[in-house]
Amino acid sequence: MSALLEVSDLVVDFPTAADGVFHAVDSVSFTVSAGERVGIVGESGSGKSLTSQALMRLVPEPGTVSSGSVLFEGADVMAFSAKKLQKWRGSQTAMVFQDPMSSLNPLMRIGRQITESLQKHLGLSKAESRTRAIELLQRVGIPDAESRLSDFPGAFSGGMRQRVCIAIATACSPKLIIADEPTTALDVTVQAQVLDLLDHMATELNTGVILISHDLGVISSFCDRILVMYAGRIVEEGTAEQIVGDPQHPYTKALLSSILRLSEPIPRRLKPISGAPPLAGQRASGCSFAPRCALAIDACRTLDPALVPASNASPGQRVACGVAAPAAFELADEVTAA
Amino acid sequence: MIWWILRRLGQMLIVLFGVVSLAFLLVYAVPADPASTLAGPNASAATIASIHAQLGLDNPLWQQYFGFIGRLLTGDLGTSYVLRETPVFGRIVAALPTTLMVAVGGILWQIILGVPAGIFAAYRRGSWVDRLITFLSLIGLSAPPFWLGLLLIYYFAFTWGLFPLNGLGSPVFWYLVLPTFTLGAGGGAWYARMTRTNMIETLDSPFVRMARAKGMPERVILWRHSFRHIAIPLLTMIGLDFGYFLGGVVIVETVFGLNGIGRLAFDAISNLDTPMIVGTVLFAAIFIVVVNFIVDLLYSVIDPRVRLNS
Repeated sequence: MSALLEVSDLVVDFPTAADGVFHAVDSVSFTVSAGERVGIVGESGSGKSLTSQALMRLVPEPGTVSSGSVLFEGADVMAFSAKKLQKWRGSQTAMVFQDPMSSLNPLMRIGRQITESLQKHLGLSKAESRTRAIELLQRVGIPDAESRLSDFPGAFSGGMRQRVCIAIATACSPKLIIADEPTTALDVTVQAQVLDLLDHMATELNTGVILISHDLGVISSFCDRILVMYAGRIVEEGTAEQIVGDPQHPYTKALLSSILRLSEPIPRRLKPISGAPPLAGQRASGCSFAPRCALAIDACRTLDPALVPASNASPGQRVACGVAAPAAFELADEVTAA
Repeated sequence: MIWWILRRLGQMLIVLFGVVSLAFLLVYAVPADPASTLAGPNASAATIASIHAQLGLDNPLWQQYFGFIGRLLTGDLGTSYVLRETPVFGRIVAALPTTLMVAVGGILWQIILGVPAGIFAAYRRGSWVDRLITFLSLIGLSAPPFWLGLLLIYYFAFTWGLFPLNGLGSPVFWYLVLPTFTLGAGGGAWYARMTRTNMIETLDSPFVRMARAKGMPERVILWRHSFRHIAIPLLTMIGLDFGYFLGGVVIVETVFGLNGIGRLAFDAISNLDTPMIVGTVLFAAIFIVVVNFIVDLLYSVIDPRVRLNS
């Protein structure tokens, strides 16, 4: 598998009230291969959505991508001209957003919202794009597709709208789909259907998928590889089996223990992670998870751990925790000294 | 749909009836006697008494009121106290074309001045263009129409002779430029502000982000995706203004010497000319009610979420 997307040292900054900057996404690096599914998991505010928006150069104002590079098939996305960017978005990459209620334009017919991409990116005629839009709606399982083209989004249920969004995202057979909490706004019963659909479409088109969710259950069932984000950084990465089966970072462990498992006796109470993530711009020195971490030692409060290979010697698994992998602190030292 | 229209028509009639009754009673409540206003300051008591009798002002209020309403139902608005023998209805209809032209022109200026500026300011939010537009709209909002009108007359008509001074002539378009601009300038500033606010809100919405993620060009995002969203509040404002303008724009008509409904109403009030006052008020109310009705119909055309039968 060749690298489809290569993100290195991505930093997204927001100005703070005190004339400073806050790294909402801090030195995030990862790759996505063709056809691979990568999950990004983390709490609200961990920077996972911003990371995905930064990839598409859609970071909302006043945020900016202040450094780092995003290479798509070797081409530098950050250097794209406005025109190139428009060509690339929607045809090579596509996005599925969290809220299908507001992501579709309420005053435009569904058909038009699908055909406009087809006409722009694939150069199809009105009639051709209409035929293709009907096929797309049928493929995402919308009954009576032809007559529904002229409906407005208001006439669809939440799940159906997310199906329409997936139809729009897959319209031009993109190589990468970024799905930002695609099931969060939906009923639990519909969530599984939408994930199945996304899975099906990605397999059919051999599309790389970045799935963003706060729900480790959703992520681990869908993804090949998982990135765990905390306070703007990747704190652990590995395959789904590694992350779920042998988590190294205390935060990942805590996330896992806060999930109900049907294979085990159901506890009377779920185990929450005590405390809250650091507020924007209020990050102390050292590991940002240290204040909530049961295993924290003195070094955790002064040294900011680097992402290093995990000490369980699992290939590809990396962790940013000096307790789990002492090398993380050694590298952190070097960084501070430099 | 048909029920909605019938119900609205019923409501409109009730509103009009209320407005007419209120206007009639308010004039009656004014502590001045139409007969003595009509007769002038030097009239004898006998003259005033005879005018009283002539106009039926001696009858009890309820008789005057029901007499008026009864005639109104047959389409008779009565005759003016001042301009004897002149039916109110005819006078208003004669003044209507002037007011209609001024109103349409004023609305057009509001749209021309306000909408593109507002869209541009929203799109370039925070830039110097945005600040300039905000500043200009502040001037537009603060300039009183009578002052602006006189200023325009002084420079554009009197000093530079580009436009006629006042009144109406041929070509009529030429005579309308200054009065309609005077009427539309303040509203244009208001439209620019409203359009800017609504456009900013629309451009921040998730479906615009989705359109960007689809690779739609900015031009398409502005016009195809966003314009309809600002068209709805815009339509509301246009509807309100149009109804209001048709009721007669007293200041502009006075400054530019135009004989429209506004002038008619103003003169009628000065003379306590009850039939003419009630007539102009009724026409103004009809315009506002009808335009509102049309605007509500248009909502359902623009926005599929609006259902008329609910």
